[in-house]
Amino acid sequence: MDFGLIDIIWTVVVMILFIGIVIWAYSGKRRKAFDEAARIPLEDDDRPIAEDSSKEKPHG
Amino acid sequence: MTDQETYNYKVIRQFSIMTIVWAIVGMLVGVIIAAQLAWPALNFDIPWLTFGRLRPLHTNAVIFAFGGCALFATSYYVVQRTCHVRLISDKLAAFTFWGWQLVIVGAAITLPLGITTSKEYAELEWPIDILITLVWVTYAIVFFGTIIKRKVPHIYVANWFYGAFILTVAILHVFNSAALPVGLWKSYSVYAGVQDAMVQWWYGHNAVGFFLTAGFLGMMYYFVPKQANRPVYSYRLSVVHFWALIFTYIWAGPHHLHYTALPDWAQSLGMIMSLILLAPSWGGMINGIMTLSGAWEKLRTDPVLRFLIVSISFYGMSTFEGPMMSIKTVNALSHYTDWTIGHVHSGALGWVALVSMGSMYYLIPRLFGREIYSLKLVELHFWTSTIGIVLYITSMWVAGIMQGLMWRATNLDGTLTYSFVESVQAMHPYYIVRFLGGAIFLLGSLVMAYNIWKTIAGAKPVEAAIPAPAVAH
Repeated sequence: MDFGLIDIIWTVVVMILFIGIVIWAYSGKRRKAFDEAARIPLEDDDRPIAEDSSKEKPHG
Repeated sequence: MTDQETYNYKVIRQFSIMTIVWAIVGMLVGVIIAAQLAWPALNFDIPWLTFGRLRPLHTNAVIFAFGGCALFATSYYVVQRTCHVRLISDKLAAFTFWGWQLVIVGAAITLPLGITTSKEYAELEWPIDILITLVWVTYAIVFFGTIIKRKVPHIYVANWFYGAFILTVAILHVFNSAALPVGLWKSYSVYAGVQDAMVQWWYGHNAVGFFLTAGFLGMMYYFVPKQANRPVYSYRLSVVHFWALIFTYIWAGPHHLHYTALPDWAQSLGMIMSLILLAPSWGGMINGIMTLSGAWEKLRTDPVLRFLIVSISFYGMSTFEGPMMSIKTVNALSHYTDWTIGHVHSGALGWVALVSMGSMYYLIPRLFGREIYSLKLVELHFWTSTIGIVLYITSMWVAGIMQGLMWRATNLDGTLTYSFVESVQAMHPYYIVRFLGGAIFLLGSLVMAYNIWKTIAGAKPVEAAIPAPAVAH
């Protein structure tokens, strides 16, 4: 098997894959989903404070 | 039933505390060897205290003990809090904690005894390597197992970075450490000659790329938005950032082997891939810093946020310097000089240590249900660290460039202008400045330890409830 050819094919495949990822990430369809994803950590309330966590439990 | 479930904070608390303990141990050893370079008599002619044995102890302690514990702690926190599930197994998580501490203790005993494979950042001998493999596979099971049973459909980007870090380090460690044991504490690498060198720096540079970068970028993508209370600047850029980094980093290793027996084309490839690497690195840096866009005033009042943002600035600086130093003609001047040491510490102190400390200031109060004891001390820690880093890296820039120029200087008849020992002598003042910079940085870490101690002393561990699934969506 010609390893040179495999290298070339692999390089092209990875490149197309990467360009595909960029186009996918920046497509308008994904905008809403990504905006929601970006808020995942913020919508999770992890405030420390002992009183808070004790308050959390009863209504949990 | 599910409503009553809590997150596993215990293992995170353990790793967080040890992060601070190992930071001080590792940095103290660093300050000792910096002093030895300035005043060689400080090894007292005791073999265990010689530079050659303590130096790998320093690098292992700061990278794998301090950095490693910070990564374990934050990844366990982030994966639980963004997936809304408890870690898949408390027992396996506990094994990763105790196993990892055992690895560190093993390193602290064997390295000063002179037991080493002599592979940089992979010095530990095969019995410890096997333990590392066991701990790491368990870590992967805990982390990915937790992701599999997540209640939040989307896998938040920080987890992608942590996941890539865990997976890649497993592969790197297994391949680079492959060796034939000839005794309990002696083995020979299965690779020989230039292949050994190439495998070693494929490992070495990706240890930088995935242990010291990808994992800590996971930290950035969680703790910067949390502390700033703003979503990351561009989520789509974070996706592209991730894949660009993954596709590029793995090829940059050969830049550690310029002008060696490595084939010329491989050196050039390593250089080009290192230059390309600037793009994803700066994409990520911009994404992190711009998260504060429109809320810059927070930097004035919040020293924890300042730790995180300044760490990203150092990330940007060292990822500009790195590609520049990988250019062959620049490397001809910089390689084997203290410039490299300065570069490493601008990344290690400026980026890795500051982002870890900022994350710990965020995390530890939440794990113990207390406000931080003193924000003034956080502020003091911030300034001591910054001054320490600046002293360290500027002295090493001057020292390194001076060394490079002295080594290559020739007289008209072609003989060398300076003997090697003359270049060593010229380093003395810079080595003293470097020692001071490191000592000031260590002082800041001691301030942090005191502040954390006062924060958690007498505190009751927090058992945080997992929100009900309906809330999650």
